[in-house]
Amino acid sequence: MTETTIAIEQGGGPMLGVAPPEDVLLDVRDLKTYFHVMDGTVRAVDGVSFSLKRGSSIGVVGESGSGKSVTALTMMRLLDIPPAEIVDGEIWFDGRELVAMSDEDIRHIRGKDMAMIFQEPLTALNPLFTVGDQISEQIQLHMKVKKREAWDRSIEMLKTVGIPNAETRVKQYPHEMSGGMRQRVMIAMAISCEPKLIIADEPTTALDVTIQAQIMELLKSIQQRTGASLMLITHDLGVIAEMVDDVIVMYAGQVVEQGHVDEVFLDPRAPYTEGLIRSIPSVVGRGRRLKAIRGTVPSPFNLPPACRFEPRCDYPWDLCRATEPELYQVGAPERGARCHLYGPAGRGHRSPVVGTASVEGETESTEAARPDAAQVFLKSEQALEDRRQ
Amino acid sequence: MTDDGTQTAAPAAGTAIGAVPVGLAPNGQVREPLLEVSGLKKHFPILGGILRHRVGTVFAVDGVDLTIARGETFSLVGESGCGKTTLGRSLLRLTPPTAGRIVFEGVDVSAMKTADLKPLRQKMQIIFQDPFGSLNPRMPVSDLIGEGLIAQANKENGWKDRKVRDQRVGDTLEAVGLRREYTRRYPHEFSGGQRQRIGIARALALNPDFIVCDEPVSALDVSIRSQILNLLVDLRHEFGLTYLFISHDLSVVEYISDRVAVMYLGKLVEEAKVEDLYSAPKHPYTIALLSAVPQPDPRVKSQRLVLKGDVPSPAAPPSGCRFHTRCWLREQLGNPARCVAEEPQLRALEPASHRVACHFADEVSARTVTSAAEEQARTGAAIAAG
Repeated sequence: MTETTIAIEQGGGPMLGVAPPEDVLLDVRDLKTYFHVMDGTVRAVDGVSFSLKRGSSIGVVGESGSGKSVTALTMMRLLDIPPAEIVDGEIWFDGRELVAMSDEDIRHIRGKDMAMIFQEPLTALNPLFTVGDQISEQIQLHMKVKKREAWDRSIEMLKTVGIPNAETRVKQYPHEMSGGMRQRVMIAMAISCEPKLIIADEPTTALDVTIQAQIMELLKSIQQRTGASLMLITHDLGVIAEMVDDVIVMYAGQVVEQGHVDEVFLDPRAPYTEGLIRSIPSVVGRGRRLKAIRGTVPSPFNLPPACRFEPRCDYPWDLCRATEPELYQVGAPERGARCHLYGPAGRGHRSPVVGTASVEGETESTEAARPDAAQVFLKSEQALEDRRQ
Repeated sequence: MTDDGTQTAAPAAGTAIGAVPVGLAPNGQVREPLLEVSGLKKHFPILGGILRHRVGTVFAVDGVDLTIARGETFSLVGESGCGKTTLGRSLLRLTPPTAGRIVFEGVDVSAMKTADLKPLRQKMQIIFQDPFGSLNPRMPVSDLIGEGLIAQANKENGWKDRKVRDQRVGDTLEAVGLRREYTRRYPHEFSGGQRQRIGIARALALNPDFIVCDEPVSALDVSIRSQILNLLVDLRHEFGLTYLFISHDLSVVEYISDRVAVMYLGKLVEEAKVEDLYSAPKHPYTIALLSAVPQPDPRVKSQRLVLKGDVPSPAAPPSGCRFHTRCWLREQLGNPARCVAEEPQLRALEPASHRVACHFADEVSARTVTSAAEEQARTGAAIAAG
C-alpha cells in the first residue's frame, strides 16, 4: 500500500471560518446535528464533511437512519430546533455560511438558490391548492414578479419538465395527477427560481422503474441545461452509479467512504461499502451467494464505542474496539475511507480490497472459511444483546 | 454442487447454487407440475352512486395461464397495479377468482368450498411484504407462529399439545436464523429484518410445499435484503420448497428465479427461463423494463428505452394489445393497425419455454432497439411524458 495516511478531516480540510474558493458551491465542514429526545441524544449527523463544485453532482448513499436526509435538512435549515440542534460545523454555500445565518436571511436562499425535491410528492404538495398556485407562490416570493407573470412562468416550468397540456395541468390539484406527474411538478417547483443547487432526497424511490427512468433522464437533462449542482440522496446504488460524479457513503451518522463514483464502486475500500456493493444481486451474479452484512444498524442511542461498523465488520481487530477511525486518505486526494486498515496502524493487517471486478474470480477458500451465515447472524445478535445489557 | 442433483441443506458460501435447475429432474425431464393455472381472472367491481351499484370493473387479473413445477422458483414481475399481487392471492384462494381453473397437486382448488380448503392451507403459505403491518403487535412470537399450528392441529402432528407446538416454534425460529428464546417476545422488540424472519417462520412452521413470497424484501434495507434472500435460497434447498416470487425489483428476480413471467395490466406478456428472459427479451415492454433498471456499475452505459406516459388504468385497458399505447416497437414499425385491433396471445418462440404475447416479437432485434433508442435521444422523447 502506497497511500499516505493523513486523515482527510484534519490534514486536508480547509481552515474553519474561511470561505472556500470561488469554484466550490457547497462546503460542509464537520457538521454535527443532534436530536435531544426523551430517551437521550441521537447523534444523527456526527462530523460530516464534503464539498461540491459548481455544476457537478454528488451522491449520498446510506441505509435508513444513516443520517443522509438529516444532512440535507440541516443544509436547508428545515429542522425544528429543538429537538434538533446543530451542535457544530459550518455550511458554506455560494460564499456564505448558513449555520450562523438568521432565519430571515435563510429564507432568501431556501427555495431560490438551494431547492429540494422530496421523496413523497403527495405529502410534499399541498392538496388544497392547484399546482400552478404552488409553483407561482414561490416564483412571486423570490423573483419579485407580478402574479400574472408568475403564473405564466409556472406553465413554462411545467412544459420544461415534460408535462403535456401544461395550460390545463397548471389548474389541477395534486390528487388529479399520477405519481410520476407529481414528481415532475416537484421538479418544476424546485427549478422555477433557477437554483444553484438542487437537493433531491430519494426522488425516485416511490416510483415504478419505468417512471424512475423518466425522472432520472429529466433530472440529468435539467442539470445539463441549467448548470445547477445536484446533491442526490438515495439508498439505490444503481441510481447513484448513473447519476453523479462523486459519492459519499454514510453509516450511523458518519461518512465512511468518499470519492469519485467509479472508484468507489469498482474499488470500495471501507468494509461497509464493500459489503453494500457485494450485496447487490446483479453485481454478485446468479447462483452465487449474496454478501450479507450481518446484524443490523446499531441503535442511535447505543452506538458501538469506537468504530461504529465494528460489530458487523468482517475484518475487525482490537484497535477497532478501542479507538474511533478517522476518514483516512486512500489513493487520490479526494478519496477517503473510515477504517483503521488505512490508518497508521493498518499496515500489515489484511487488506480487504475487493472490488466488483474481482467478485467473479473470487476463490472459494476465503468464502468457505467464513462460518455459516445464519450462525454468524446469531452470534452477532448475541453480541448486540450482550452490549445492550 | 453435487452432480446427482441432490440438494445440500445449506450450500457452502460461494458455491454455485442451482446449477441443476431445481424444476428439472436429474435426467433432464420436467418434474411434475405443482400448480397449473388456466384462464384465471379476477375482476373487482367499482361501486358508485347512492345505491352503490356497479359502475365499472377493474380487470386486475384478466386471463392468466401458467404452470409452476415442483421445486422451482417462479417469479412474477411488473409495475404497481399490474395485478401480480392479486394473482398471487387468487392462487392461494385468499381472494376468490372470478373465472379460471387452479389445479394444485392435481386437485382443482378453484371451485372448492372454503371449508374444504383448510387442509390445503397447510401446503400453501404466503410471506407478506410489510414486516410491520403483517404481525399482530399484541401477540408474542410463540402465538404468531403457533396460531397456524393450532388451526392445522390433528392427531398425527399433535400440534394441539403446547409442548409439541413450542418445540416446533423453536425449531422454526432456528431454521430462519433466530434464537429459540425469542418465543416470548413481541414484534416491536425486533428490527425489520428480524420481523421478516418471523414472517418467514410463520409460513414455514406448517411445513408447506408452496410459498407465495409477495415482495418479501422490498421494505428492507440493502444489507438486510441480502440476508433474507440468502435465507430464502437456503430454506428452499433445505425443505424442498416451491416459490412464487412476486417482485418489482428486476435484479432480485434475476438472482433468485428459475423462470420469470412479466405482467402488464393483468396479463402475462412474456414468460421464459430466467437466463433467456434477461439475455434475449422478446416483448417490447420487457425490453424497456430491463433497460430502465439503473446499473450499479458505473462502467456500464446502457442504451435506455424510456417508456412514455404512465400505465393505463386497469379499469379501462386499451384495446388490442394492452401495451400498444406506450409501445416503442409499434412506433418503429409505423403503427400497424393489428396492435390496436387484435389481442396477442402468448405463443412459444425458440426455445419453446420462451412464450411471448406480441404480434411483432420477431421484429425485435438489436437494430430496432438501437434505432428506437437513438430516435428517443434525438427527439428528447425520453424527457417528455407524452
